[in-house]
Amino acid sequence: MPRVETEPLADVVAGALGSAVEIRDLLRLSGGASRQTWSFDAVHDGGVEELILRLAPQGAGDEVGATMLLEATLMREAARVGAPVPEVLAASGDREPLGASYIVMRRVAGETIARKILRDEQYAEIRRDLAAQCGEILGRLHQMDASALPPMADSYQLDGLRAVLDGSGVVSPMLELALRWLARNRPPLSRQTVVHGDFRNGNLVVGSDGVRAVLDWELAHVGDPMEDLGWLCTRAWRFGGSGPVGGFGDYDDLFAAYEKASGIEVDPDVVRWWELLGTVKWGVICVVQANRHLTGGQRSVELAAIGRRLAEQEYDVLNLLEELTA
Amino acid sequence: MYPSAAQLAEAVEGFLREELMPALEGRLQFQTLVAANVMAILTRELTDGPRAAADHQEALAVLGVADDEELVAAIRTGDMDGRMVELLAALRPSVEANLLIANPKHLA
Repeated sequence: MPRVETEPLADVVAGALGSAVEIRDLLRLSGGASRQTWSFDAVHDGGVEELILRLAPQGAGDEVGATMLLEATLMREAARVGAPVPEVLAASGDREPLGASYIVMRRVAGETIARKILRDEQYAEIRRDLAAQCGEILGRLHQMDASALPPMADSYQLDGLRAVLDGSGVVSPMLELALRWLARNRPPLSRQTVVHGDFRNGNLVVGSDGVRAVLDWELAHVGDPMEDLGWLCTRAWRFGGSGPVGGFGDYDDLFAAYEKASGIEVDPDVVRWWELLGTVKWGVICVVQANRHLTGGQRSVELAAIGRRLAEQEYDVLNLLEELTA
Repeated sequence: MYPSAAQLAEAVEGFLREELMPALEGRLQFQTLVAANVMAILTRELTDGPRAAADHQEALAVLGVADDEELVAAIRTGDMDGRMVELLAALRPSVEANLLIANPKHLA
């Protein structure tokens, strides 16, 4: 089990807050492969600060430090344009003093678990507004200053997906058909903005008043803003909900709020293009996860089972292609 | 009666879901749920897998290819570019059959 030393963490927080603190209730929340998330309280004379530590894995290379700093820069820039994000208190791309690069941010109270947001009674009222709220937030987010981000070589991401699929050992006519259709029907890149890259259920903190924070800026890049709208609508992120937008809402509400906030006109066909790409991406993720178990030495029934979710993506691809080519 | 492979898999699923899961909590309970779901996939594949494979072979024959590798190669080189509607119609039965094995709840 990885550990975090509380003394250097207390120094980091004290430096940010300007007063000595005591660290309490340090608790690991999740261990993604690329980032750990820890929750803790910092107690000082004036009260208690509820905080989050996002930490790179121990022994990660210098490039991880650079992306961690970039993440912090983007979150501060998102706050500037009025998109809800946790307030960043401190960030470092160095291994010292915490053993890995990090961001310390304020903890935002709320729910991130999609099934609860989609089904619990306490969110029933706010659910109706979520699609429009997401549209407004994305509309602001796409006005962020993109100069901090490096340009993306593969704007449509098709080459990357193709390469991973080819190396995976899986032969899927449906994914192949989708990649072919996507390549032949690329939307024009009329506009490039900051793209969050993973804007969907699970990365949105929702409270009784709606979306309180957008998390996980690790995959942000410069690209077609419609990518974010399409990914939010990808069926796998609906968690069984009936609305096409995140399982909770309708395209019209998302698009109208987005257009109002951004001044960018939405072409629903381009969003559908990205939704299909998102479905292919999900299929590739299923294959990659299964291979961690099958060939990667990480034995896990959960990873193996995710491999069979490829059948869901192939079915969704089939339906989307039927709609798009009708 | 001599239990079939599908019946054995179903028996294991029942044990995992009804007896083991309630006795566990946290991560192990979740992993057991996943394992029970995997046993259900096995049961369905042992029962319906041959039919799904036969459906798929039939589709490949209609499309004039021997196997998935050949189909994928034909799609990639553009040989199938004018036949999208035909391809989707031919592949639907096996795509749905695979989904019914992997996760019938997903069928919309």
